[in-house]
Amino acid sequence: MEHIIKTENLSKVFRAPFTFKKINALTDLRLEITPGEVFGFLGPNGAGKTTTFKLLLGLLKPSRGKIWLWREELKKIELKSKIGFLPENPYFYNYLKAKEYLHFCRHLFALNSQESKKRVDALLDLVGLPEHKNRLIKTFSKGMLQRLGLAQALINDPELLILDEPMSGLDPLGRKEIRDLILDLKNKGKTIIFSTHILSDVETVCDRVGILIKGNLRDCGPLEHLLNPKIKSFELCIKGLSIETVHNLEEQGLNLIKRGNEIFIRVEEKEEKNLLYYLLEKGGELVSFAPRKETLEDLYVNEIKSIDNHHENLGFGN
Amino acid sequence: MKIWALAINTFREAIRDKVLYSLIFFAVLIIGLSVILDNLTIGEPTKIIKDFGLASIEIFGVLIAIFVGIGLVYKEMERKTIYNILSKPIHRYQFIIGKYLGLVLTLLVEVLTMSIALFLILYFYEGKIAFTLLPAIGMIFVALMIITAFALLFSSFSTPILSGLFTLSFFIIGHLTPDLLELVKKADSQTLRYVTEALYYIFPNLEYLNIKGQVVHHLPLEKGYLFFASLYGLLYILIILLLSMVIFQNRDIK
Repeated sequence: MEHIIKTENLSKVFRAPFTFKKINALTDLRLEITPGEVFGFLGPNGAGKTTTFKLLLGLLKPSRGKIWLWREELKKIELKSKIGFLPENPYFYNYLKAKEYLHFCRHLFALNSQESKKRVDALLDLVGLPEHKNRLIKTFSKGMLQRLGLAQALINDPELLILDEPMSGLDPLGRKEIRDLILDLKNKGKTIIFSTHILSDVETVCDRVGILIKGNLRDCGPLEHLLNPKIKSFELCIKGLSIETVHNLEEQGLNLIKRGNEIFIRVEEKEEKNLLYYLLEKGGELVSFAPRKETLEDLYVNEIKSIDNHHENLGFGN
Repeated sequence: MKIWALAINTFREAIRDKVLYSLIFFAVLIIGLSVILDNLTIGEPTKIIKDFGLASIEIFGVLIAIFVGIGLVYKEMERKTIYNILSKPIHRYQFIIGKYLGLVLTLLVEVLTMSIALFLILYFYEGKIAFTLLPAIGMIFVALMIITAFALLFSSFSTPILSGLFTLSFFIIGHLTPDLLELVKKADSQTLRYVTEALYYIFPNLEYLNIKGQVVHHLPLEKGYLFFASLYGLLYILIILLLSMVIFQNRDIK
């Protein structure tokens, strides 16, 4: 199968200043990204997402392992002509205006045609900054910087987009706009790899997800394969229960949330029938009853917990 | 083209910075003040103005080279603006050359502005344009280019404060090496002589490029002096830039 990105045993070790202690930022990453897919990189802060991106772009040198882009080893600088990159919390030159910055980026790609000049205005329109093109970047808000960052990542009409936390710093409307933009780019056949820790972003736009924790790729695949399709638990909402019944439920160790006169209860699979009969018998009135499958959040939390337990067992914990 | 874009951007950063204007303002002011000093001295009336003017061009040029130069690479790394450059099809050597040329362009503007101010004052006194000063100004510019290369070299691996100190040391030592060599010739220790000679060749010989005295006092220069001095300067710059590129090539952009 054709790959746009392929890595083998990609590892990066940093040395702490003064103590020279080894810090494993990334360990033996094997990643394959196919053309046209949207890949979501999920992981807590410090998991190695940004390190991976910097290695893919040649900003960092691998300590071990190999990287291929479009089947070529990452040595040819020309490969970067086909990549657009948005760094995390993008920084720009404060002394430039938005338009000047995009022209500067255009020149870095040696794009001098009339079309590329027009593209600067078109991109400012696309990311919603047309009225701010002649404003100094130092007056921009965080959301505006993020938008400008996206515009510069698209200046060369790239085949591959690497976006580091593209939704951070944006309000809900801005997030939706970026999400729509990613889907639009995907429809145009672009390959997109982006990192985030906002789970809903991944669920709505990604074809495949990789969960990176402490430099290790824990799980990787289409979301529906990663998540357990079986029903794990039920969530029911009931009202009209007496105080004694509620006490009784609490004593049984059930997980209750009270909101007004309604009570939400989460119960494991197989126990739901007995509980439901019991509650109806006690005069409860059923408001809702819903099965619950494993969510990305469950998977993510479990992965983080399991790696923490593993480290504790090995004696790394406190 | 890509290098030029980087150079113009660096130049733009410098000229949009108020520090540069204040430095040039003070420099022109000092050249103006030399007029007052000139009235207090006897002898050829414009000598003090020429001496003062040329020294100001050099000193303020060095200040700009150090102030701007030490931040050239460091600031890009610190402010993370470098991610958006090196993630594009730019070789690291192109980045170094672009940054260097940008600052050299800034210095050119500084030297030209101050030279014009000096020429105007001298024209007022002598009624003619002081073309004789041009070789000295040219050599000052070559020396400034060397200092800039050093500032860039240190900036590619060190913090601004350290880079500033290192660069300033190289500027001072660069003016003292010929004297050291003369002094050490009288020393008994063979080792000391070798060490001093090695230092003499490692550090830039900025005195070789200093012809201010000869020009102001109308002393003749050897034939081909300007050519060889310029060649020496340019070769020195080339070596320092190559060194910067080698250091920067293997650096992780964290």
